[in-house]
Amino acid sequence: MRYALLMHYREPGEGEISEEAITEAQEAFGAYGRALESAGVLLSADVLQPSAATTTVTCRDGGLRVQDGPFAETKEALAGIFMLEVPDLDAAIGWAEKCPGAQWGVLEVRPTATAFVDGAWTR
Amino acid sequence: MDTLTSRETGPGPGALGPAVRSAGVAARDSYGRLLALLAASTSDLAGAEDALADAFERALRTWPSQGVPSHPDAWLLTVARNRLRDQWKSAQVRRAVPLDAGCDALAHVDDIDVDAIPDRRLELMLVCAHPAIERAVRTPLMLNTVLGFTAEQVGRAFSVPPSTMATRLVRAKKRIKVAGIPFRVPDRADLPARMTSVLEAVYGAHVIDWATGPQARQLPSEALHLAEVLATLVPADPEVRGLAALIELSAARAPARVDASGRFVPLADQDPSLWDPDLISRAHEHLRAAHARGQLGRFQLEAAIQAVHCARGRDGTTDWPALLTLHRILHSVAPSLGSSAALAAVTAEVDGPVAGLATLDALLAEAGPSARLFQPAKATRAHLLDRLGRQQEAVAAYDSAISLTQDPAERQYLEHCRERARRR
Repeated sequence: MRYALLMHYREPGEGEISEEAITEAQEAFGAYGRALESAGVLLSADVLQPSAATTTVTCRDGGLRVQDGPFAETKEALAGIFMLEVPDLDAAIGWAEKCPGAQWGVLEVRPTATAFVDGAWTR
Repeated sequence: MDTLTSRETGPGPGALGPAVRSAGVAARDSYGRLLALLAASTSDLAGAEDALADAFERALRTWPSQGVPSHPDAWLLTVARNRLRDQWKSAQVRRAVPLDAGCDALAHVDDIDVDAIPDRRLELMLVCAHPAIERAVRTPLMLNTVLGFTAEQVGRAFSVPPSTMATRLVRAKKRIKVAGIPFRVPDRADLPARMTSVLEAVYGAHVIDWATGPQARQLPSEALHLAEVLATLVPADPEVRGLAALIELSAARAPARVDASGRFVPLADQDPSLWDPDLISRAHEHLRAAHARGQLGRFQLEAAIQAVHCARGRDGTTDWPALLTLHRILHSVAPSLGSSAALAAVTAEVDGPVAGLATLDALLAEAGPSARLFQPAKATRAHLLDRLGRQQEAVAAYDSAISLTQDPAERQYLEHCRERARRR
């Protein structure tokens, strides 16, 4: 089954986190990515720019509307997306637990309903 | 417990005779086992239930005329599996997991030995008590899937309207399927925590037993059945054995809990000759097996406490100092409102009501505001004040205990105590 691990945490302010802590986190994410890859479960992994870099687009009110900022202002913002292919929820939870982001944020584990693979939407 | 009563769609047992009775036995003994087998590969409990219900319906239709098959379970499993296959074909869903080979045609039914197929009920129980399932729905889900009780029966036991309970169960089953909760025993690292939630869910069935009282009980011995099933599945787990013993010992005393006129009888006044000796000896077997593992736990302690109470049937007296020791250990291993109230009551028996009341007030102050609505604590407080001759306070404490008591027999008993305190 395909699962998205949606990593959320409170976005740190400018200079709030020391260089050392950033380096440490980068190393932890590096090791995590390699572990996912060598286990053969990784489809994709992205850590996102802070929500200040977000642009929101919609056409639902008729014409195109483009706005700066995220769709919803929340205390904890979406910060990264890991797409995994694992047998079941227990495996997905296991990987979420190992994610460095779980140390200071939360991971939402969401199964995929359908994915566009090899030219078609498949289950 | 009679699972089939709720599932019967045809005429009553009298009209169909042995066929229906056979279906009844198959249902009672095997419902959870068959359901677990059918749902294990896909985590689709709702689909498995539909298939199994169809198989039971077909049994009721065909067994009276064609005779009961020599292996009713195998027959039901095969029919249900074929039904599942039809569901998949019609939905044009590609299967990721192949069906077990060898069950393709009814002609082979006699070759299937259901007892040789691994029992998947532990996996089913682990799924029901999975951390991704809302805590409040875990016990209802177990009663519904492992024992085959209907949403209506489970709803009644939990004092929830049947439609609400049905919605909760459907939502939980959908979640199991969509989220991909596996029917698998987790590895050693994760198993203890997961077994704890299974035990808590089974214990939840036991707690509703007593909360609703023996008269209002709609699902007789459901917790007992769940605990005993679990003990056959995981005989090496001392806490599983402890829980089975605990529930058996409580169940053993059930006949003495209400007198001939339906009045509640507190433990100290119960007639031990009414206690069920078979259940007590089964419980002792579990406790012996548990203690042999040398790993103490909450449920073994609670069972040991019940065993000391039950020993009054043999020795005629209650060993209060032993109870006090056990309650102290229990309260340190698994502190709860229940363990606080019980520890205070036993302290009163050993060191007198003043000490008991002081213990109760100290423990409840520690527990915080949730203690205010805890019926056993209020009832204990009322009894202790009563014994101390503080009548006015006792009457007020009885008032609040009565307002929190659901069991009509116990409420009547407390009202009686309150009257007695008033007249003093």
